[in-house]
Amino acid sequence: MASIDTDQQKKSGRLGFRMPKGLGLVWVLIGLCIVAALLSPAFLNPINLTNVMRQVALFGVVSVGMTFVILTKGIDLSVGSIIGVCAVTCALLFGMGLPVGVVMLLTLLAGVLMGAANGLGVAIGGVPPFIMTLGMMVMGRGLALTLADGQPISLGQRTRDFMWLGRGDFLGLPVPVWVFLIVAAIAIFVLRYTAYGRQIYAVGSNVEAARLSGINVKMVTFSVYLISGFLASLTALIFVSRLTVGEPTAGEGIELEAIAIAVIGGTSLFGGEGGVIGTIIGAAILAVLANIMNLIGVSPFTQQIVKGAIIVIAVLYEMWSKRRANK
Amino acid sequence: MDGPTLSVLERKTLLEMHEIEKSFPGVKALQGVSFKVRHGEVHGLVGENGAGKSTLMKILSGAYTADGGEIRLDGETITAPTPSDMIARGVAVIYQELAQAEHLSVAENLFMNRMPRGAFGRIDWRKLHHDAADAMMRLGFEIDPHLPISRLSVAQRQLVEIARAISQNAKLIVLDEPSAVLGDAELETLFDIIARLKAEGVSFIYISHRLKEIFELCQVATVLRDGKLIDSRQVRDWTTDTLIGSMVGRSIEDYFPARNADPGDEVLHVEGLTRKGIIRDIGFTLRKGEILGICGLAGAGRSEVLRAIMGADPIDAGTIRVHGSETKITHPRQAIQLHIGFAPEDRKTEGLFLNQAIRFNVTISRMKRFMRNGKLKLNEERKAVEGLVQQLRVKTPGIETMIGTLSGGNQQKCVIAKQLNAECDVLLIDEPTRGVDVGARREIYELMVDLVERRGLAVLMVSSELPEIIGMCDRILVMREGEITAELPRGASEEDIMRYATFH
Repeated sequence: MASIDTDQQKKSGRLGFRMPKGLGLVWVLIGLCIVAALLSPAFLNPINLTNVMRQVALFGVVSVGMTFVILTKGIDLSVGSIIGVCAVTCALLFGMGLPVGVVMLLTLLAGVLMGAANGLGVAIGGVPPFIMTLGMMVMGRGLALTLADGQPISLGQRTRDFMWLGRGDFLGLPVPVWVFLIVAAIAIFVLRYTAYGRQIYAVGSNVEAARLSGINVKMVTFSVYLISGFLASLTALIFVSRLTVGEPTAGEGIELEAIAIAVIGGTSLFGGEGGVIGTIIGAAILAVLANIMNLIGVSPFTQQIVKGAIIVIAVLYEMWSKRRANK
Repeated sequence: MDGPTLSVLERKTLLEMHEIEKSFPGVKALQGVSFKVRHGEVHGLVGENGAGKSTLMKILSGAYTADGGEIRLDGETITAPTPSDMIARGVAVIYQELAQAEHLSVAENLFMNRMPRGAFGRIDWRKLHHDAADAMMRLGFEIDPHLPISRLSVAQRQLVEIARAISQNAKLIVLDEPSAVLGDAELETLFDIIARLKAEGVSFIYISHRLKEIFELCQVATVLRDGKLIDSRQVRDWTTDTLIGSMVGRSIEDYFPARNADPGDEVLHVEGLTRKGIIRDIGFTLRKGEILGICGLAGAGRSEVLRAIMGADPIDAGTIRVHGSETKITHPRQAIQLHIGFAPEDRKTEGLFLNQAIRFNVTISRMKRFMRNGKLKLNEERKAVEGLVQQLRVKTPGIETMIGTLSGGNQQKCVIAKQLNAECDVLLIDEPTRGVDVGARREIYELMVDLVERRGLAVLMVSSELPEIIGMCDRILVMREGEITAELPRGASEEDIMRYATFH
C-alpha cells in the first residue's frame, strides 16, 4: 500500500457522497439560525419553525429534481409552469368527481408527460436545455391559463383526505416535510448507491467520455427531465392541497428559486458536481434567510435583491474555489 | 523593408528566445531553450510529437506565459507578452487548426478587430472590400474577398491567414505543420510565397515533420527533443541522418522493453470496414498476446479505425468478429460488453472525467461487479480500485483524488485500469504516450507488454511516433488516405513505413 495514504482531504473528487462544501454550508446555516434568533425572538417559536420547514419542503422537492438536471449540465426552467398545469389539472379532475387516488395519479402523470417532452426535445432533438425548457415554461403557463380560463379553481368541500397532504401532521411534523424527506432520501440513495446515479455525474462531467464509457447518454439525459417533471407535479399536489385552490399562476418563479437552492447547495452549473445533501441545506438556508427578512420587516422587493445577489455570490464562490484548486 | 537594406537586415537578429522554461502539472515542457531567428530567414523547427515545438510557439505568440527566460525582438526585451502585444510587434502564428470565423467573409477575417470605420462607427464595407482585394492582389492570391471562409479550401484558408499576417505588418510568421493539411500543388504555391516574402525581409519559423521540406525551404534547422534544444545549425551542415539522430536521440533497443511475442487464438477479426470518405476496406486479424500497430500520417484514418470498431462512429460496411463470432457494434456500450476497451487519443476531452475521482473514472464503464440487489457496494469498489491503482503503480495520494490533478502518465495508467476493471481482453489504445512525460513513457510501455504477456490481452495501438510503433509492435499496419497500404513484420525500419505512408 505504498502509494495509498489516507490524508486526502484536499484534492478529493467531488461526488455527492463526499461533500467538502456541504460541511461549510452547515456552518452557514447554523450561523444564520443564530443570527435569526438574535434578531427576532419569534424565530425560535415552534409555529414559526414549522412554517420554515414547510417552506423548505415545498421548494426542496422541486429543487431535488432541478439538482438532477443541473448535474447533467442541463437546466429546467419549466418546473414553475409544470406546477401551474398540474395545479389546474388537479382541481379540474376533482371537479369531475374522480376519487382522490385517481386525481393524484393523473396529476402526477401530467407532470411526467411534460418532463418527458422536455427530455425528448433535449436528448433526442438536441435542443439546448435552456431553450427547450424556456419554451415549455411559456407553453405550460399558457396551457394552465387556458385550462383554467384564467381563474383560480376552488376544490370545494369533498377533499378532506386530500388536504391532509398539504395541511396534515404526522409524528409532529407537517406531512409535506415527510414527503420532502422521503424524496431527498431516495435521491441521495440513487446518486450515491446506483450505477444510474454515477452515470448522471458522468454525463454532466464529460458527455463524450460518457458515451465512450458505454453510457446511454440519451437515456440518462431524458430521464432527469422526467424526474424533474414528476417532482414538480408532486409539488403541485402539495400546493393545491394546502391552498384548496388550483391556481393557473401557481409556481410562478419557482424555477429560479430551485436553481438558486441547487447552486447555493454546491451543485455546479457546469455539471457533474454537487448533490442532494447540498440541496437540502441550500433550501434551508434560503428559507431561513427569507424568514429572517420577514420577521424583521424587510420589504418583499428588497428580499428579491438579496436573493439575486446570493445566487451570484454562490457562483462566484464556486469559481473562486475552483481557481484555487487548479493553482 | 526596401531592397537596398536587405543584405544588412539579413544578418541582423530579429527574434531571440533565451533560456525559455515552461512546466505543466507533472510535465517539464521546455527546459532552457534558446534560439535565434534572423531577418529574412526561414527557420526550420523539427522534433517528435511532444518535443515542445507547439509549446514554444505558444509562448512566442503570447498564448502561454513562460515560467522563465526572455523573448527579445530586434534586441528589445519583451516582458509579459500577450497575444495582441505580439501581433502588434509583428509576430503572427498560424496554427494547424486555423482560428477563423467560418461564417464571415474573407475580407472580414482579414481585417477582424480593425475594420475601416465610417461615420458613427459604422463599418465602411466598400473600403473593407477594396482593402481586402488590394491585400490579396499584392500577394498574388486569387481569392474573392466576398466569399465566406467556410467555402474555401484548407490551403486557401492558410493563404488568407498569411495575407492577414502580412497586412498587419508581420515580420515573423510561424507556420505550424502546414504540409499536414496541404496537397503537393498547394504546398508548391505556399513555398513560392514564402520565398517571395522572405526576399522582402519577412522571417518564417517553419514547423514540419517532413525533413525533405526542411532541406528545400529553410536556411537554419533547430531540433527540439523532450523539451530541450538539441542542436541548431545551418541547413547545409545537417544531413538527413544527423537530423533524424538528433530528433530521436536514443537507440530504440534500450528504450523499449524486450518483447517475447507468442500470439495465441484470434480475438478480433475485421473485414471490409468502411466509413465513406474516411476509411475504406480495412481488414486485419488480432491475436491474443499480440501488439498490433497502426501508423500513418495525420489524417490517414488511424484513429477512425479504432472508433469504428468501438461503435463510436457509424460504419457503412464491414464485419467485425470477436472471439470467432460475428457481431454488430453500434454503440460503445456493446463493445464494452464484448470486452473491448478503448483508450482514446485525447484523454482530456474523450477519455477522462477530469473533475471526478480516480475511483469514479476507473469503474464508470462497468459497475456490475460491485452491485448487490441494485445497490453499489462502495467498499468492494474501493478495494478493487485500490488494488488496480497499486498493481499499475499509479502515483496518487488515494483513489478519491481528482483525476485531473494527476500527471499524464498516471492518468493514462488510470485509463488502462479502467479497461482492466471492465475485464477487457482487447485494448484499442490511441497514442498511448501522448502527453506523457518522457520519463514515464517507459512505464506505460512496460505496462502494455505486461498486458499482453501476463494478462493475455490483445492490444491494437495507434501511434504517430514511429519509434514507438517499431519498438512495441509485433506487426505494423501502415495506412494512407483511409486504406491499409502495407502490413510489415517486427523489425521494419522507419524508411519502410514512410514509403507506404506517403505517396510515391
